[in-house]
Amino acid sequence: MSAALQNLVNQPYKHGFVTDIESDVAPKGLNEETIRLISNKKNEPEWLLAFRLNAYQKWLTMSEPKWQNVKHPKIDFQAISYYSAPKQKKKLASMDEVDPELLRTFEKLGVPMHERAALAGVAVDVIFDSVSVATTYKEKLAEVGIIFCSISEAVHTHPELIRQYLGSVVPVGDNYYAALNSAVFTDGSFCFIPKGVKCPMDLSTYFRINTEASGQFERTLIIAEEGASVSYLEGCTAPQFDTNQLHAAVVELIALDNADIKYSTVQNWYAGDENGIGGIYNFVTKRGLAKGVNSRISWTQVETGSAITWKYPSCILRGDNSVGEFYSVAVTNNYQQADTGTKMIHLGKNTRSTIISKGISAGHSNSSYRGLVRITPTAQGARNYSQCDSMLIGDQCGAHTFPYIQVRNNTAKVEHEASTSKIGEDQLFYFSQRGINAEEAVSMIINGFCKDVFQQLPMEFAVEATKLLSFKLEGSVG
Amino acid sequence: MIIENSKTILSVQGLHASINGTEILKGIDLVVKSGEIHAIMGLNGSGKSTFAKVLAGHSAYEVTSGSIQFGDENLLTLAPEERARAGLFLAFQYPIEIPGVANTQFLRLAYNTVQTQRGKEELDPLEFDDFVREKMKLLEMSPDFLDRSVNEGFSGGEKKRNEILQMALLEPKLSILDETDSGLDIDALRIVANGVNQITNTDNATILVTHYQRLLDYIVPDYVHVMEAGRIVMTGGKELALELETHGYDWISTHKQSKAGATA
Repeated sequence: MSAALQNLVNQPYKHGFVTDIESDVAPKGLNEETIRLISNKKNEPEWLLAFRLNAYQKWLTMSEPKWQNVKHPKIDFQAISYYSAPKQKKKLASMDEVDPELLRTFEKLGVPMHERAALAGVAVDVIFDSVSVATTYKEKLAEVGIIFCSISEAVHTHPELIRQYLGSVVPVGDNYYAALNSAVFTDGSFCFIPKGVKCPMDLSTYFRINTEASGQFERTLIIAEEGASVSYLEGCTAPQFDTNQLHAAVVELIALDNADIKYSTVQNWYAGDENGIGGIYNFVTKRGLAKGVNSRISWTQVETGSAITWKYPSCILRGDNSVGEFYSVAVTNNYQQADTGTKMIHLGKNTRSTIISKGISAGHSNSSYRGLVRITPTAQGARNYSQCDSMLIGDQCGAHTFPYIQVRNNTAKVEHEASTSKIGEDQLFYFSQRGINAEEAVSMIINGFCKDVFQQLPMEFAVEATKLLSFKLEGSVG
Repeated sequence: MIIENSKTILSVQGLHASINGTEILKGIDLVVKSGEIHAIMGLNGSGKSTFAKVLAGHSAYEVTSGSIQFGDENLLTLAPEERARAGLFLAFQYPIEIPGVANTQFLRLAYNTVQTQRGKEELDPLEFDDFVREKMKLLEMSPDFLDRSVNEGFSGGEKKRNEILQMALLEPKLSILDETDSGLDIDALRIVANGVNQITNTDNATILVTHYQRLLDYIVPDYVHVMEAGRIVMTGGKELALELETHGYDWISTHKQSKAGATA
């Protein structure tokens, strides 16, 4: 790999600062006491504590998954603090009462916490370490019946909805990290779009891990009732530490008849340094249930950060004619590892799914696409189209594709296409012979490669993603 | 055309170049002046394409000795993109495919880069669209080519036309056409040659690297050079190409030898 290529991928991480804020941090370690402590801090009802303890018991009987194509030292779950919250006044009457240090932090990160300053009217729920610190546009959304708040708050204000839906898509014992999350989750966003309502603005959650040696275990629950629709965005960053931090989230989406949920992520957790020291372990379970007829769940993700990414945003297509989509760009550099993809489970008749996955690997990184398409016997007339493209920059990185296709209905149509390409010296020479330098050439090639996915992102996110990518890969070619 | 006292665009002296330690070019001397068209002919492996790539600055080749003067500049000190911006253009023998990058986007970036270098205004996408469509008529290209990915799925002839389109857009001082005629049917050859003929003028110069005389029926050279084993072994006017066509490249070796014998 030439020097220009090298420089292009090795750019500093912009969000690596630590906010100096007094925090309430639980002692390290995980046991029933920790769980009771979390539940107590949040003043939770008995049934939720029972939910957590049940998950914890399941987790104790489980072992870490081994099948993913990543390597890391064993995680010491007793060395993590499971609760960390910035100290602040109990009740905030308005955004002006938020700790100015926190406001500055998010300002620096470009997250609009003041409603008047909000870009294009995006409502934001801001999660700092273990707790939600602010949610904007709550009242305005409430006027049309939309509930958008932290999940801790929803537990108190809408316990019936939480009880009904929490764990209904990702059961507590679903997998090792989901079980852990169910036991210790501290906060997250809750969003409920009632029957027939099209959410008038994009909703978003911004996650920030600040405290070293704390884990972030958030829980997001989005419900779209009959005919409702919502576009949801998620962003995340973390300071630069040379220890690894664990982020194990669970996201559940439920779409009833004719409902539509679009969930977009730009993931930029700290990825570790150029020698692979530090960075976030991003072990996340995301799943959507397209429960009703004609419902649609669409995942779009741009994964650029984290030392290790392990996530498979999935769709269970239960309603007849329901649609599942997965659009993904995963970029790895230096010693990053990503094992990501999706699962499309076709249960209903005439269900359709689309998978577009673009993996870009540079440096010594390793990127894998892992995806399951399952057509069950009840899924008459189901269709899937998958396209998995990998691009290599330099010759020290790896790209892998692991498609699993299970078809148990002979009326199904399943297509899978895959390609691997390399930004070669010859392509760069061609550009340079036309006067175009390596940086511009790479950015043009990468953006062209990711076009199909970027088109799915909401406008501002698409702009951010494009910038993030060229920033991330700057100096990787030459 | 040969113009008396015209400016020297390119001056190559004693050029040696190698790839992975193997010497390919073994002492090339060549002077190209404005207005001139030079044809470089020779068998496969004689070093013609290597010469073209070395001029463009391909990093795989190492220049071990000799000099290349391009206008007022020492070409060997310039990076490939600087050579391009200074007005050196290579039409590739095998134009590479760039999936996902729209041709129009690529052409506009190249055009604007060169324009900026020349202190001229850049064109926005709409202005460029009008401009490029006009140039495409020259090569009888359909506007569909603008929206397709660069060279992706283009036929051999379409790729070559796209190269000459770039030559028309960038208005280089020196164009090197590396086997532009290979893989072209007779109609495409006529269109491409016609395009080239409209671009060449008294201020620029062209080097045609070719195997066959066929192209030279359409683009008439002022000089024909024959390369063999990394050297220019014979130089003549356009009639030299015809002799080669009649007698074959073997004729060069014997002819050269007999000439050498006569002088000895």
